[in-house]
Amino acid sequence: MFGWEFPPHISGGLGTACFGLTRGMSTIPDLDIMFVVPKAYGDEDQSRFKLIGAGDVSVDIRNVREHQYLKDLSYIEINSNLVPYTSPEEYEVLVNNAEHHGKRFIETTMGGKLNFTGKYGKDLYEEIANYAIVAGEIALSEDFDIIHSHDWLTYPAGIAAKRASGKPLVIHVHATDFDRSGGKVNPTVFEIEKMGMNLADKIIAVSNLTRNTVIEKYGIHPDKVVTVYNAVDPLPDHERLRLKRGINDQVVTFLGRITLQKGPEYFVQAAYKVLQKMDNVRFVMAGSGELLEKMILWTSKLGISDRFHYTGFLKGDDVFKMFSISDVYVMPSVSEPFGISPLEAMQSNVPSIISHQSGVAEILKYAFKVDFWDVDALADAIYGLLNYPSLSQMFKKHGVQEVNDMKWENSGKKVHSIYKEFVK
Amino acid sequence: MRTICLYFQVHQPFRLRKYRFFDIGNDHYYYDDYSNESILHKVAQKCYLPANALMLDLIEKYKGQFKISYSISGIAMEQFKLYAPEVLDSFRKLADTGQVEFLSETYAHSLSSLKGRKEFERQVKAHKALVKEHFGQVPKVFRNTELIYSDEIGAMIGNMGYKAMLTEGAKHVLGWKSPNYLYCNAINPKLKLLLKNFKLSDDIAFRFSNQGWDGYPLTAEKYVDWLNQTPENEEVINLFMDYETFGEHQWEETGIFKFLEALPGSVFKNSPFTFSTPTEVADSLQVVAAANVPNPISWADEERDLTAWLGNEMQQEAFDKLYTLSEKVSSTDDDAIKQDFDFLQVSDHFYYMSTKFFSDGDVHSYFNPYDTPYDAFINYMNVLSDFEIRVNAAAKADVDDDVARLSKIIKEKDEQLEKLEKRLAIKKNTGAKKTTATKKSTSVKKKS
Repeated sequence: MFGWEFPPHISGGLGTACFGLTRGMSTIPDLDIMFVVPKAYGDEDQSRFKLIGAGDVSVDIRNVREHQYLKDLSYIEINSNLVPYTSPEEYEVLVNNAEHHGKRFIETTMGGKLNFTGKYGKDLYEEIANYAIVAGEIALSEDFDIIHSHDWLTYPAGIAAKRASGKPLVIHVHATDFDRSGGKVNPTVFEIEKMGMNLADKIIAVSNLTRNTVIEKYGIHPDKVVTVYNAVDPLPDHERLRLKRGINDQVVTFLGRITLQKGPEYFVQAAYKVLQKMDNVRFVMAGSGELLEKMILWTSKLGISDRFHYTGFLKGDDVFKMFSISDVYVMPSVSEPFGISPLEAMQSNVPSIISHQSGVAEILKYAFKVDFWDVDALADAIYGLLNYPSLSQMFKKHGVQEVNDMKWENSGKKVHSIYKEFVK
Repeated sequence: MRTICLYFQVHQPFRLRKYRFFDIGNDHYYYDDYSNESILHKVAQKCYLPANALMLDLIEKYKGQFKISYSISGIAMEQFKLYAPEVLDSFRKLADTGQVEFLSETYAHSLSSLKGRKEFERQVKAHKALVKEHFGQVPKVFRNTELIYSDEIGAMIGNMGYKAMLTEGAKHVLGWKSPNYLYCNAINPKLKLLLKNFKLSDDIAFRFSNQGWDGYPLTAEKYVDWLNQTPENEEVINLFMDYETFGEHQWEETGIFKFLEALPGSVFKNSPFTFSTPTEVADSLQVVAAANVPNPISWADEERDLTAWLGNEMQQEAFDKLYTLSEKVSSTDDDAIKQDFDFLQVSDHFYYMSTKFFSDGDVHSYFNPYDTPYDAFINYMNVLSDFEIRVNAAAKADVDDDVARLSKIIKEKDEQLEKLEKRLAIKKNTGAKKTTATKKSTSVKKKS
């Protein structure tokens, strides 16, 4: 499997989903998983599968050309000026040269290893290409039956591995650029996604919503795309993650990247409406993102800053601590392929309001669903959950059970059955 | 004697409009006039008018032999009056034949029988008056909303002077016993019970057009055959169903009207059965046993219990909260408040909040204006919150009136005292002998 991130070093739901699925599949007998990330930190949970950092793999440059790992991926602008070994001094010269001549190099360290940050920085395309090169190397040296790539960053790697080994490729669509960009699709990303989908033998989508995007926006034949829903891990050590609530007010929480995709502005609008009618409530926007400043400015302009709070990016235990003092969780996403966080909220006994435009809405019964743009309905749902206790009680009572019934083992079994179509 | 008792329920709720929380305290109109009117027109065209016309034909064709009974909820009658008076006229024509019995129920098609006697009785009386007004009959037989029944409810109805009541022939109540006899209430044996034969009723109401059913297609001959197959000593087949079965649940295209048209002729020709109204059944048959129903039953779903209306926490909260206002509403003179209280009691509001549809789909989604039970709940609670504010304001106004009235009395008494004291003081000045009287007057003043 190729994935860009793995817990605890994650920036969003992708790493969590990769980990959950891998763990869910680890219980299947006769199935061994090797998971390749750009950069392994050494503190990842590897008890049930092998984790490889791409930066730890030696690359033989000749193979890159021979197997044409990067054929058709020229728009990633990899120049084939491959330099097998560089000293720090030479590296600098090369980098300067590269900047001068507008060329890029594949730079390896002593021992033929490539450098990876595993982040989403400015040299992302270069890292993606380098990662694909390593994928090809691994495909040549390791013994395996199937290749599984998670999201566009690793599609080139999957393709390279397929070319090197001739083994079938499954790609797993956790999100498309249509979700991330709110419609303003990045052409390069789109090309990589489309190529991955075209060359894949099977495509797994995390919801029917995403499956439809794959079919309609990328022109993929419906037979090739199957939906496998995500799941969520049981919540560990509940009590430890409990915060004492310092205020008497009820708390309504938005938790996610503050970007167009997540619909933070609808949350602000709904908060404003609710605050016109009741004052013993506070709203929290947890997360960071490009719209954060805009939201802060807007809430002050609306005059609700005293009731509207920002926490910045939360991860790990902090997420569950935030849930422990929340009364309502809101996910007004404009486009959410799946959406694991409402499941985490429900596990923490927090009733959730989610948009119909989220994959998870397809499977949840004990959550309130609204259209993201219907601010009146959203405000009404928030007000209802805060003021009519039986609704919250019901969501709490049945929600935990509903979520706990979604097991990664089940998702894993489905993925395994897809593998079996190719591996007899 | 072997007889068939046909009874049809006629009801349409007053549906609520989309009522957001920011309307609370600002807007006191709760109803979706457009959908209420358009749905009523639709059902009138598809069901009430053609079905009533057919019933009238049949009654005239089989003079004195074909008999039927209805209960029409007060809410439905109000809507007929508002949107489709011709429907009310056609029912009146049926009433004029003398072959049609109209039964009592609660005015609001409500669940008030579960919340004590006072509000329930008020609604039954209100409905009774409407039946008298529109159809010139004084009902003697009662049927509760959704055939809800328990020993206690039955006893209450018996005490109110009714001779019989209709309910479900629920399997878990009857056990091995057959619904095809006359039973009586377990507490008050004077109240007779007619139990629905749910198998033969639902064959028409639910299964008629089901092509996957082995009885399909159902003809009048086949149906009479089934009637004849019931044990010969069984006396009455109670066929109770929604009137909307004809033309609405089962569309005209399914042949439901043709079936109905052919049924009486087929019964008279091929079977010993007659048709009777509920009163005739109660008067002519002997009671075979008391039915023991300690917990309320209804005619809904597989369970035949109340879970479709009061099965989850939301329904319980909404229901309980509504009835906590009951006392205050009954003490106010505000007609608008009284009317809204009736309209908010309609059982359908609670039905829409049912989460049973997760498993028990179709029937629950029928005419349901809400996407989810949660939407239904929040909308209802928003309306109820506004209603509560109005009720409390009205109750407060009443209290204020009382305070004003009492203050006035106190003021008058004070004035009187003052006068008396003045007179005393004058007398005191004129003679020192009357000290005792002075003492007395001060003590009176303290008391006031």
